[in-house]
Amino acid sequence: MDAIETQLAELKSQIDALKAGAPENKLAMVVFSGDMDKVLAAFVIATGAVAMGMDVVMFFTFWGTPVLRDKNKSVGGKDMMGQMFGAMLPKGPDQVKLSKMNMGGMGTAMMKSLMKKKNVSSLEEMLALAEELGVRIFVCEMSMDLMGFKHEEMIKYKHLGFAGVATFLQEAQTSKVQLFI
Amino acid sequence: MSDEIKVAKVLDLKGLACPMPVVKVSKGIKEVAIGEIVEAHTSDPGALTDFPAWAKTSGNEIVKTDQQDKVVKFYIKRKV
Repeated sequence: MDAIETQLAELKSQIDALKAGAPENKLAMVVFSGDMDKVLAAFVIATGAVAMGMDVVMFFTFWGTPVLRDKNKSVGGKDMMGQMFGAMLPKGPDQVKLSKMNMGGMGTAMMKSLMKKKNVSSLEEMLALAEELGVRIFVCEMSMDLMGFKHEEMIKYKHLGFAGVATFLQEAQTSKVQLFI
Repeated sequence: MSDEIKVAKVLDLKGLACPMPVVKVSKGIKEVAIGEIVEAHTSDPGALTDFPAWAKTSGNEIVKTDQQDKVVKFYIKRKV
C-alpha cells in the first residue's frame, strides 16, 4: 500500500513538473526588420493571434527598434553617433519604407495609398489595435543603446517595456509559437 | 432555412481586410451569451478558410456558411 502511495506522489510531482514546462497558448515574436512590409506582417500575425485567443509578446530589436520611435518627440544630450543614427533612421511607424520597390519613397507612398484603397490597415492603425488588444511589446535595450535611442523618445504604448535577450527567451520557452521577422 | 437560426447579433465586416475580420469577430462573439449565434458578413476571400480556422482554435462553432456573390455569411455559435 505504501509503495503505491509513494508511486502516486511521484507521479503527481512529475505531472506538476510537466505542467510547469508545458508551453502556454502564447506567441513570441522577434521583430528584427525595420521594413514597412515586414513589420506590417508582424502586426497582422500578432493581432490575428490575439483573435485566436493567444497571448502575444513582441520583441523589437535592431532595425525594428526605430519603428517604435515617436516622431513628435526629440531628446537632446546625444553623442555624435547617436545624433547621426537618430537622423538617418526612421522616426516611427509612419516613416518606415518598403523592403522592395521603395523607389526613393515613391513605391512606399504608392503602397500606402493602395492599402488605404483596399482597406488594409496602416502600421499606425495596427499599432493602435495591438495596444487595444493587449499585445505586449519589449524593445531591445542593447539596440537602443547601440543606436543612441533614449526611452523618452519612444512611442507611448500601454504595454511597452525594455528588456534583453533573456526576457525574450523566457517568453519564447513558454510559447507555443515563436517567430523571427 | 436561415430563419431557423436565431441570431443574437449581426456583424458587418464587409470591406475589411485581413486581419480585421477575425479580430472583429473574436470581439463580437464575446458580446453574446454562450449558446447564442453571431451572424458575420464578410467580403474578404480569405475568410472562407480563416473563419473555420479561427472557430476551431477559439473553440466556437460555425453552424452555417452562406456564400453569396462576394459576401459570405457565417453563423457562429458561441461555445466558450
